[in-house]
Amino acid sequence: LAHPEGRGSSVINWVNLVSQMFNGLVLGVLLALISSGLTIIYGTLGVLNLAHGAMFMLGGYAGFVAYQFTGSYIAAVAAGTLFVALVGVVLELAVIRHFYSRPSEDQLLVTFGIGIVFVEAARLAFGSLSKQVPPPAIHLGDFTVPPIVSLGFMFYPTYRLEVVGIVAVALLILFIVLYRTRIGMIVRAGIEDSGMVGALGINVYRVFMLVFGIGAMAAGFAGIVNAPVVSLTPDMGEAILVQTFVVVVIGGVGSFPGAVLGGLIAGEIISITAMVDPAYSYVMLFAAMTIVLLVRPHGLLGTATRE
Amino acid sequence: VSHNGPNRTRRNVLKAGGAVLAATAFPRISMAADQPPIGTWPAGSSGSTVNIAAAVPRTGTYAVQGEDELKGWQLAVEHINSGHELIKKISPKTKQGVLGKKVNLLVADSAAKPNEAVQAQQRFISNDKVVLMTGSTSSAVAVALNKLAQREHVLYTSGISGSNDTTGKDCVRYGFRQNFYGETAANALGPVLLKTFGKNKKCAFMTPDYTYGHTVTKSMSDFLIKNGGWTMVTNQVSPLGAPDYSQYLTNIANSGAEVLLNVNWGHDAVLSTQQAKQFGIIPKMKLVIPYQIPFIAKEVGPELTAGVYSATDFWWTLEDKFPLAKMFVDTFNKKFGYRPEWGAENSYMSFAIWARMVEEAGTFYPPAVIKTYEKGETFPSFVGDVHFRPQDHQLVRPVIIVRGKDPKAMKNKEDFWEVTDIVPGDKVMQKPDAFGCKLGGYT
Repeated sequence: LAHPEGRGSSVINWVNLVSQMFNGLVLGVLLALISSGLTIIYGTLGVLNLAHGAMFMLGGYAGFVAYQFTGSYIAAVAAGTLFVALVGVVLELAVIRHFYSRPSEDQLLVTFGIGIVFVEAARLAFGSLSKQVPPPAIHLGDFTVPPIVSLGFMFYPTYRLEVVGIVAVALLILFIVLYRTRIGMIVRAGIEDSGMVGALGINVYRVFMLVFGIGAMAAGFAGIVNAPVVSLTPDMGEAILVQTFVVVVIGGVGSFPGAVLGGLIAGEIISITAMVDPAYSYVMLFAAMTIVLLVRPHGLLGTATRE
Repeated sequence: VSHNGPNRTRRNVLKAGGAVLAATAFPRISMAADQPPIGTWPAGSSGSTVNIAAAVPRTGTYAVQGEDELKGWQLAVEHINSGHELIKKISPKTKQGVLGKKVNLLVADSAAKPNEAVQAQQRFISNDKVVLMTGSTSSAVAVALNKLAQREHVLYTSGISGSNDTTGKDCVRYGFRQNFYGETAANALGPVLLKTFGKNKKCAFMTPDYTYGHTVTKSMSDFLIKNGGWTMVTNQVSPLGAPDYSQYLTNIANSGAEVLLNVNWGHDAVLSTQQAKQFGIIPKMKLVIPYQIPFIAKEVGPELTAGVYSATDFWWTLEDKFPLAKMFVDTFNKKFGYRPEWGAENSYMSFAIWARMVEEAGTFYPPAVIKTYEKGETFPSFVGDVHFRPQDHQLVRPVIIVRGKDPKAMKNKEDFWEVTDIVPGDKVMQKPDAFGCKLGGYT
């Protein structure tokens, strides 16, 4: 990491610290949402879905298409989310279902392959030139919310603050579904012991299909909500997948609260380290993961029975 | 001296005569045919077709620019094989093909990763006996292929490569570069920036973390600091293909900089520029793109590039000034449906130059072709007359300075930039040994 001309990248002051903490929060909630999708699929089905990053990407592109036709942000979010949920359900029925009893290497390979197919299909359909979905303009009566807001001591992009709110609501809905509904109870029971759930006369396969759909949907929703922050490219899911794995490991495999906590921790570690030197952001993230694995091998909120 | 001196025996006359005959009557045979095989020679050029191979990013951060480069090579190969008028302007001895042999272009996706590019080219050398390698779009790839070329004794002409190192400390005897690079960009663009923004400015850099980024940032910042008293308040170094620039841009937003020089490239440049707008850094700070990125104006929108200065290799409006540029833009546009960016221009010129050098050498024998490059003869290009520097295998060619047009001033949907300066190459190049170039041997 030696740079002869000197990096000189540190910008250490209070305003920058607070700004970076906001960045950490935005990144954190997104990682939390994507990771909870990955973690409930793995927890319930035992399948580590390497196509999860591609789901994130597909959500963005599906939303982009809807936006092209309607010009509506809400339509884009709805389309991106529902399309990926549908892809998830179809994928479970057509492919994943046939791999439950196969060795985990086969599951990894097949989901990895599916990911490549989706990425290249997107490249074929949309090309490599990046696509943009603009952030929504919010009107309160005659007042239009500006794209950048002043928080007194600093300026921050309005839409990123909205992302925090939108994703927080999505996480809350996911929480209610998982912890306050009968289906959620079955899913959580399935995470603990899917054999027992089947023995109780519950159609486990239907639950599995639903879980895969919901898990994919979470990634797709994150993809389209994040689209105005980045610009869409077919390869965009790759980098996020790695971060998502780290979040799941930190939080504890199969744990929804763990994914949320892990996401927020990862987001803040990446952002606050960046204030000192962005080159160490990922070093610190992996260091944190190592420490968690040493101190709590099942993750912060994971339990031993889920492995 | 007497003509009938003691040494002027019949035997000596015969010896001398034989030597003269050998040196004059069969020069090519003595240079090539008698040589032991080297690299893919003569196996690669013994049939009626020669293979050449491009390792170019078709996926990943530089995919968009890679596709444009690929089209430049494809057009050049088509023109070489058909003996097109444009190729003949650059390589007058070309009839059809190269030395009468059809050229076949092989392509592999490098994803802009050195390992993948080297593996692909190694396969092309072993299986297809390629006589020329090309492709980069990342100087990390160019440097790696330079080394492969020297080791395998197969010629390499780089694709887009902006690092000073490619013809500097990592230069090789078997490698050649057509395009402009960090040092020439800085020396051509620097005076324009000082004139536009004035002296003693505070600037921030965004730098991709590999040889291209570091050398361009160094050349550019050295110029501004030394000649204009500028201060670099922060240099945000990011890995190639970073998914998000929020953290880097937040540092810049809070750094007090007045000018932002974005050295990121490909999709990284697109994303970081778009996000700079989201954070309000643009238009608060003045944006400069030291090393032009093909299609950036199209991707981020001309509103963001209006008024932005950049150094480049080529821009299609040069067709008004250079007849060869017009021929190139027209034939390219007809075949591919858009006006070529500088990646395609670099690709086309690199192959056209290679075709010229092989024709001039009269053989594919690599050392003979290299020596023809090293003669440094002047030949025409899309930006006027150019020549190679024998000491570091860098083409001496002008750097083009462009400024982003206001959307309202655009005459067509590709009219993103206006050319403001054409800076002669010899004025902006460092001394050939300044970056530690040692070319290495021929055999």
